[in-house]
Amino acid sequence: MVHQVTKKISPNTEWAVEARGLAKAFGANRAVNGVDLNVRTGTIYSVLGPNGAGKTTTIRILATLLRPDAGTARIFGHDVVKEPHIVRQLIGVTGQYASVDESLSANENLVLFSRLLGLGRKEARRKTAELLEQFGLIEAAKRPLKQFSGGMRRRLDLAASLIAQPPLIFLDEPTTGLDPRTRAQMWATIRQLVEAGSTVLLTTQYLDEADQLADRVAVIDRGRVVAEGTVDELKASVGSSSLQLRVQNSQDIADAREIVEQVLQVRSNVSAEAGKITAPMANADSVADLLIALRARGISLAEISVQKPTLDEVFLTITGHAATTNASPESDPSVMPEEVAVR
Amino acid sequence: MNVHTTRDAAARLKNHASLGQTIRNSLTMAYRGLLKIRRTPEQLFDVTFQPILFTLMFTYIFGGAISGNVPNYLPVIIPGILVQTVIATSIVTGVQLRDDMEKGVFDRFKSLPIARIAPLAGALLADTVRYAIATVLTFVMGYLMGYRPDGGFEYVVIAGVMVIVCSWAVSWIFAFFGVIARSAAAVQGISMIVLFPLTFVSNAFVPVETMPDWLQWFVNINPISHLVTAVRELINQGKFGQDLVISLAGAAVIVAVFAPLTVRAYMRRV
Repeated sequence: MVHQVTKKISPNTEWAVEARGLAKAFGANRAVNGVDLNVRTGTIYSVLGPNGAGKTTTIRILATLLRPDAGTARIFGHDVVKEPHIVRQLIGVTGQYASVDESLSANENLVLFSRLLGLGRKEARRKTAELLEQFGLIEAAKRPLKQFSGGMRRRLDLAASLIAQPPLIFLDEPTTGLDPRTRAQMWATIRQLVEAGSTVLLTTQYLDEADQLADRVAVIDRGRVVAEGTVDELKASVGSSSLQLRVQNSQDIADAREIVEQVLQVRSNVSAEAGKITAPMANADSVADLLIALRARGISLAEISVQKPTLDEVFLTITGHAATTNASPESDPSVMPEEVAVR
Repeated sequence: MNVHTTRDAAARLKNHASLGQTIRNSLTMAYRGLLKIRRTPEQLFDVTFQPILFTLMFTYIFGGAISGNVPNYLPVIIPGILVQTVIATSIVTGVQLRDDMEKGVFDRFKSLPIARIAPLAGALLADTVRYAIATVLTFVMGYLMGYRPDGGFEYVVIAGVMVIVCSWAVSWIFAFFGVIARSAAAVQGISMIVLFPLTFVSNAFVPVETMPDWLQWFVNINPISHLVTAVRELINQGKFGQDLVISLAGAAVIVAVFAPLTVRAYMRRV
């Protein structure tokens, strides 16, 4: 065998992921346009954004599946472009669409991946049995995957990513399309992974998923990180809840908006549907003040509600535009996301 | 779960797969190919029916016209049919590879710390089973029709192995098309255009002397002709001739050129 240069990763590498200015374009579409990410070892980090924001492309670059056009990314200090083979030994990837072999059974899939990862015949069978048990797939182990439900497929996919017990696991939208019960199971599994010492980088479209799992969150939009911080910091920036208010007479809307901004001390938005004002709220208690102020001005309300912020509102607040699919980014510079750093 | 063991092992991380690992990974991927064939046996339709049908058709249609009668034609046509059928089977390798690469599982293969060439080499290796089936069936058909090669059984086996090796080499060409083409149908189309003239403008079915001079020139440099001649010499005369050397050298050149090209195209395609 040829002598090969071996490198050490120091066991106390602080950063699992360090990405600087990652960029990737597909034709005219700048899928990723200058993404910076720092993921501390041993944490769950969530990349939050709508469809087409660049989440999957970012993960694919970090997982060595895609070469970035610009920027650098390091996994435990190893460059994804220069040392891809080393990086692949440190990561597990679970794609948005199950990356398992549809023509084989669950059992055959796990044995195949175990063998590829260098486990012996016996060891591969033992590991497969262990993972099938852990992910509740024993009964379905020998059935062809065509008969698997979406949840079973995801579980198998995740199981396949854990064979080598990689210190860093990428999960691309791990719960999209899952029913609530299966989703809760997936969350429990992800928490267990981190308790066992792994680092998890996951993407999601759901704020509550990031809320439930993540230590830190990056909000990504049109290929850029538009906000980054802990879940609490992010929430504080959009308000812990969201006010929705509809006036009876649409000519009152400007006045109503002014009062809302005054009382709540925030920026509000008027939605396309006539007469609907939305605004972030730090404190649900201030609704009382708001109602009094509106009554004092003689403005009648058609509807008022206080809700938990949705991803849409996070987006509206941070970027000033709605979280729609970014298939065709608008060219109007006035709607370009402004950089809001939440630190 | 114990992540610390992984961390300790990380001290020995290498940035390249060793030769041993490459071979192990390729064999595992070949095992996957065999599992797939077992799960979908209908994939074997072409390699079972084509040899049976073609051998019967060509022998009885051309036998009388070319060699006077069927028994005299068998030593000419069986090597020809063998090479034509098995080489044509290698097109399917490219088509299936294209199909396979569309699937999510290839993403996982790419994200695993395995030799880059393994998913390709494995698929191609597993397909030698298909070539073997086609080879055996062609010889069996010949035998049933009364063909008794003078070279004897061992030379038939040697010829069969040589055809399989050469087809495996040729399958790298179609694998290359498979990797660069947009769809499986495109692979099929390109491959047929390449292969059809090659197999028919050769000495596989008719004596070269009956062709016009300019065509003879091409037939004589056609690698398929060399392969057919090599098989004829082996099984009819038990002779290791010059054409055998040319065929094997040609196969080696094809692999040397197309394996790296295919792997490079495969790596770039994401």
